Amino acid sequence: MIKIKDLQARVEEKEILRGINLEIGPGEVHAIMGPNGSGKSTLSSVIAGREDYEVTGGAIDFEGEDLLDLDPEERAHKGIFLSFQYPVEIPGVTVSNFIKTAINESRKGRGEEPMEAREMLAKMREKTALLEMDKSYLSRSLNEGFSGGEKKRNEIFQMAMLEPKLAILDETDSGLDIDALRIVANGVNKLRSEDNAVVVITHYQRLLDYIEPDFVHVLYNGKIVKSGDKNLALELEAKGYDWIKAENA
Amino acid sequence: MTDLAQDLLSSFVVAEAGLNGAKNLGVVNMRKEALDRFEATGFPTTRDEEWKYTNLKPVLKHDYKIMLKSESAVSFGDIKQYLLSDLDTYKLVFINGKYSSWLSESTHQSYDICTFAAALNKYPDILAEYLGKAAPAGETFVDLNTAFADDGAYIRIKANQTVDKPIEILYITTDENGTSFSQNRNLIIVEQNAEVQILERHQNLGDTESFTNFVSEVFAARDARVSYYKVQNDSDKASLVDNTHVKQASGSNVHVGTYSFGGKLVRNNLHFYSGGEHAESHMDGITIIGDGQTVDHHTLVDHQEPNCYSRELYKGIYLGKSHGVFNGKVLVRQKAQKTNAFQQNDNILLSDKAKVDTKPQLEIFADDVRCSHGCTVGQLDKNALFYLRSRGIPKREAEGLMTYAFASDALEYVKIPQLEKRLNGVIAEKLGINLEFAL
Repeated sequence: MIKIKDLQARVEEKEILRGINLEIGPGEVHAIMGPNGSGKSTLSSVIAGREDYEVTGGAIDFEGEDLLDLDPEERAHKGIFLSFQYPVEIPGVTVSNFIKTAINESRKGRGEEPMEAREMLAKMREKTALLEMDKSYLSRSLNEGFSGGEKKRNEIFQMAMLEPKLAILDETDSGLDIDALRIVANGVNKLRSEDNAVVVITHYQRLLDYIEPDFVHVLYNGKIVKSGDKNLALELEAKGYDWIKAENA
Repeated sequence: MTDLAQDLLSSFVVAEAGLNGAKNLGVVNMRKEALDRFEATGFPTTRDEEWKYTNLKPVLKHDYKIMLKSESAVSFGDIKQYLLSDLDTYKLVFINGKYSSWLSESTHQSYDICTFAAALNKYPDILAEYLGKAAPAGETFVDLNTAFADDGAYIRIKANQTVDKPIEILYITTDENGTSFSQNRNLIIVEQNAEVQILERHQNLGDTESFTNFVSEVFAARDARVSYYKVQNDSDKASLVDNTHVKQASGSNVHVGTYSFGGKLVRNNLHFYSGGEHAESHMDGITIIGDGQTVDHHTLVDHQEPNCYSRELYKGIYLGKSHGVFNGKVLVRQKAQKTNAFQQNDNILLSDKAKVDTKPQLEIFADDVRCSHGCTVGQLDKNALFYLRSRGIPKREAEGLMTYAFASDALEYVKIPQLEKRLNGVIAEKLGINLEFAL
């Protein structure tokens, strides 16, 4: 689905990604772990198309197409979704109107007709129930005055509505209590299928207890220095990152 | 002295005897004195502190015709788009400064909704009591207007009356006179515990330059309630100096909303005199302008009595090579203890060439008050923009959505849904976006 080859990126003069190689196939769940400042959030931002980062080398191929040439919205239309670590507050725009706009702009971008109002409503009802959200969420201003947990849940709600092919969850577990974590993870699991893929970026094993990864990668100093299965995450949880740092010193 | 000022002075001598109210000695004297003051000061320049940021020279240089002829050829079809067609209203329509009974719907039934010209000729006692009592003598444009204005809206709502439908006041300029200099005047008297909603706009239908020097005096008696909406979306040929002066008695509640989307140069001098306890003064506005346009909001709230509230919220969005000015002064006199005054001016520059001068001013002589003020000038938040785009919303729509969200809280006090809808439509058009998400 997505092939990342020798990806290098910097912000201003600082090199952050120093040659990332990663392939993700449909139906797979990948976890990316690593200490602070290793480049995890940069990687997700570069995939989603944030313009603050300058790609200095390498390529990203998404379903046969060069992703790096596309605007963020075009990437979204192709099925890439990034759940933000810090979702942005937009006062004056309700959750329901925002998601309606996002869905119909994506459909327009793909040359499809707008979604019928009835279908939209039914879908919103279904997805709010899935994430155990009260319907009153929909009429609140986007993320304004939301608690940390509500913001993250709202991110997964948007993911559920947009049905992306590749969902990147950037530290979705941070700021969640154990109940919210379970609800969010349950939501993500229900959305998994043979056709879509999920990348989970996290510091902790905790979330991976609920969303079981097929592959675990360790990012350090802008490179993937180790890959394995879910046992690697358990090993990191037990031993910390110092041994990784020592191996790559 | 500018050529225009000379023209005005000489025109007055010829026109004076023919003006409405020429038989009222009080009015005649008032006009003469006002003209004398104008002669002494002339038009303000950028050397005057109050006009530092707005240069009138380019709009005063035209060879304006001062004594205008009305035109009867304007039909309802020509002006329909400037009225709220989906709402039943009283209508006062003026063509080149003169009342058009043909296009208007006035009343004398339970309240007077008619013309300033009629008031000048018929109600000397009321004029003696109110005329010039809110708009201060000594302000150049007010003086000039006092000397010349002989028509406009006259609204008098008697005690305890609530006007059954909003009043629309429309000032139309046509090409009939070429470049035109118009001076009209409203006198709005809302008596004790009465209520009224007023919409007002100035519109140049022609292709030639126009300049309007307009005065509106509003008197809100004890517990009166007034909503006054100004929609400014005139052509690029039209300039306007609007002098609106509101005098409030205790317990009155007055809201003036100013929505500025067009015109070449618009200067709003909006003054509130809060002269009774527990009065509420609300003023807010949205400005969205582009290339070659200037909108200047000069506001004053004069808190004279204790326990009053004022709220001021102005949002500005500047595209292209546009220029915005905000100068908001809150004066709290020594007697005005327990004043609660809020003032905020926020601006977004959507272009490198746009410019904003913002200057909040507080002068407080009382010691037990709550006053807050602030101003911001910024660009759209890049982080928020990326957030929206990452959800599939194209850049232009994302910018529009954020800009709309930024501006929309200044519409919160619009009490007429049809007007709110209309304003939303204009905002969407100005920002080049589809506003379905907000409606």
